[in-house]
Amino acid sequence: MTVLHLYNYEIAIFLAMVGFYVVVSRGNLVKKVAGLSMFQTSVFILYISMGVVDGGTVPILVEGMTHYSNPVPHVLILTAIVVGVATTAVALSLIIRIKEAYGTVEEDEIHEQDKSF
Amino acid sequence: MNLDLTIDVLLLAFMAVIAIAVVRMRDLFGIAMLFSVFSLLSAGVFTVMDAADVAFTEAAVGAGVSTILMLATLTRTAREEQPKRSRNPTLPLIVVFVTGALLVFGTSDLPRMGDASAPAHHHVAPRYIEDSEREIGIPNIVTSVLASYRGYDTLGETTVIFTAGVAVMALLGIRRRRRREEPGEED
Repeated sequence: MTVLHLYNYEIAIFLAMVGFYVVVSRGNLVKKVAGLSMFQTSVFILYISMGVVDGGTVPILVEGMTHYSNPVPHVLILTAIVVGVATTAVALSLIIRIKEAYGTVEEDEIHEQDKSF
Repeated sequence: MNLDLTIDVLLLAFMAVIAIAVVRMRDLFGIAMLFSVFSLLSAGVFTVMDAADVAFTEAAVGAGVSTILMLATLTRTAREEQPKRSRNPTLPLIVVFVTGALLVFGTSDLPRMGDASAPAHHHVAPRYIEDSEREIGIPNIVTSVLASYRGYDTLGETTVIFTAGVAVMALLGIRRRRRREEPGEED
């Protein structure tokens, strides 16, 4: 138990860093967006982990329960998930426009074409 | 509680494996599907951590809508990632490791997960839990906070989604696409 008491946070950081690595090191724009979404999901896990209370239950009031997990991070993350999808949609439609304009979604090739102008 | 912890540990380990697979894969369709699995697993993690509403939303929006958007993009762009030329992975790796180490250092003295005396549980959360049924009149605390106590936040969220919708329409306008597709008559 003591070994695992920060396990969620550490895995969340690991996932965030994998997503970050995809964003900075890969040239394909679609893959970059996937990495960014992974980063986002890891932040959700970090927040929800903070809301856990030992012996608590889902924050829906029922007779006989006194301990509930913290509802505040849940509300924040609900908003963040929906906003995240909205921004992903904008990013992906930008990628489609880039493909139409440049004929490629690889960062290197786009830079090369920009240089030749 | 111990069973919960085991499931939590296993699901998060799966997610780590999938994340590494996403880095190594070149087939973008495969990446889209793995990403969907990743979201679904995170919905499972949220269920284990007593966040039912978040789990619903993540399963529907993260695993469903995001994947469909990504697949739709792939049909209009490339299916394979090109092997990258002359790019050295050392610098990104160093940046990522330093950032990760700083974050681990920063989280190392956070309260233990599940600690009921953590500061996060002692500000507005008890008030919501104790008073929301009397003040708002519905049993689901998350809904009370989302739609009533923090209703302006939700209004702002809706504005963001509306703006994103307008941006997508402006970028991929329906009229423009029809004009372009007229000669080919495909899609």
